[in-house]
Amino acid sequence: MTGDLPQLLINGLLAGTQLAVPAIGFTTIFAVLRFPSFAIASHATIGAYAGYIANVWLGLPAGVALLAAFIVAGLFGVATDEIALRRLRTSGPLTVAIASVALTIVLENLVRFGFGNDQRGYALAVLRDWRVDLGALGMVRIGPQQVQNAGAAAVAMGLLFLFLGFTRTGKMMRAVADNPMLASLKGIDADRVAQLANFIGMGLAGFGGMLVAMDTAVDPLTGFRVMLSIFAAAVVGGLGSIPGAVLGAFVVGVGEEFSIILLDPTYRTAVGFLAILIVLSFRPRGLLGERAI
Amino acid sequence: MENYLLAMAVFAGCTALMALGLNVIFGLAGMINLGLVGFFAIGAYASALLTVKLHLPLVLAWPAAIFAAAACGVAVALITARLRGDYLAIVTLGFSEVIRLVASNEIWLTNGTDGISAIPAPGRGVLSPLLFNLQFVVIVWIAVGVAALLIARLSAAPFGRVLRAIREDDVIASVAGKRVLRFKLQAFAIGAGLMGLAGALYAHFNAYIAPDSFQPLVTIYVVLALTAGGTGTMRGAVLGAVLVVALTEGTRFLGGVVPGLAPVQIAALREAIIGVVLILVLTYRPGGIIPETSRTHRLETS
Repeated sequence: MTGDLPQLLINGLLAGTQLAVPAIGFTTIFAVLRFPSFAIASHATIGAYAGYIANVWLGLPAGVALLAAFIVAGLFGVATDEIALRRLRTSGPLTVAIASVALTIVLENLVRFGFGNDQRGYALAVLRDWRVDLGALGMVRIGPQQVQNAGAAAVAMGLLFLFLGFTRTGKMMRAVADNPMLASLKGIDADRVAQLANFIGMGLAGFGGMLVAMDTAVDPLTGFRVMLSIFAAAVVGGLGSIPGAVLGAFVVGVGEEFSIILLDPTYRTAVGFLAILIVLSFRPRGLLGERAI
Repeated sequence: MENYLLAMAVFAGCTALMALGLNVIFGLAGMINLGLVGFFAIGAYASALLTVKLHLPLVLAWPAAIFAAAACGVAVALITARLRGDYLAIVTLGFSEVIRLVASNEIWLTNGTDGISAIPAPGRGVLSPLLFNLQFVVIVWIAVGVAALLIARLSAAPFGRVLRAIREDDVIASVAGKRVLRFKLQAFAIGAGLMGLAGALYAHFNAYIAPDSFQPLVTIYVVLALTAGGTGTMRGAVLGAVLVVALTEGTRFLGGVVPGLAPVQIAALREAIIGVVLILVLTYRPGGIIPETSRTHRLETS
């Protein structure tokens, strides 16, 4: 079994890179709007379908389809927040969280209404796995698709980092996340920042949803299946912390792969839940603490 | 038609029991529970397994189901007691998904996704279907009545006052010398126990349970029932449960009204409607139909 360790580690790191994208989306919305948005699941699904329409119906390459997934899911995020959640913010974060569960059920079923329950796949070239000889550590197989996905995820994260670190709007967002009161005193429009957080957060969820769907399949539950892992990544790293979400995604990604040494593979998705429980028992604010956006 | 209505009355009763349970955990103690379907499932599986595999009588299996769910409730509360509401929402939802995962995968125990069938119930096959359903309506609604009365008593007692104090501000409650953790555990145990009872009743009435019966959507039904009826009040929880079952069943006839829809589209619309109604209620009627009246003089902070 130990001979598989390098293979599991590589799989886990690649999966973690993918998972980091929607986890950052979730944590960004939490940092700015202060509630855990369960709607992240349906927006990941919407992104997967937007990418499917772009890739299969319109015949666009996967890279362009990923951009479509980001934009469509982001716009849905802004619109649904405006319609369904914005007015509830005064009632407190728990009410918004409950409403976001309702919202995710509504959106998931609208997708089901339009597309049915059929599983769909993208028009992707089937590539042969690379085999790499690690000498004493044995052979590992690496799927080119997973590497491409991880690369796309890394590009998305890099762009977000540049945006938050070096643009005026990005700094505005960080200011609101850090101290909403002070930000409003400085004349920062909280509504604009909230819309932006929704666009970026749900856009990243859609982007991540398509990455996941490229690995598995597009269907109305694509997002829901990874929801626990997304939550786990964000909570393990510290809710509201972007570096935390990345770290948490690697912990959960690698943990899910390593779990098959001990557990039946069907329990993969329970690993995220276990990770949440373990981390919260010892560090209730997550590994990197909250709010380091 | 009568059979159908009676079956709906049983489901409404089960929903009411869960809404009452949620009322203790969330309505009184203010702890969000988005995984209540997990406790429902534990009650259902516990009672079904005890009667089908160990042939225990119902009088033992039902209390055992309540106890199993309550024990899990205490465990969840112990883990999450120190956590803020947003973490609690995530952890409880995760808990219910893990329960469903276990129910799907521990085939030796739960028969996996095939589910457990032929769960016994008094009078099944002996009584006519009408009488059988009627008997279950009586059993379930007696349980609802007793539970509502007991919880209303608890809510009016000092116990309820402490829970409400914890809901408003648990730091102040602990400063006032209340052992907040113990009260939270008790609230979770009572609430989860009621959900377990609802699960047991459901399992024996339905005669069949499978992991698919315990989707997160059930949690949303109950949250909607409590919110629509009136969080914090017993009559509200029961009324809300009846309305939710009327709504979910009423939309079953959607296919007859809107022609040209595929069955999957009708199913999707029905689920979507529940979500839309919950958001509408939260937005326009957050206190529910029977809002909780303030028992004390409260400072109006607007």
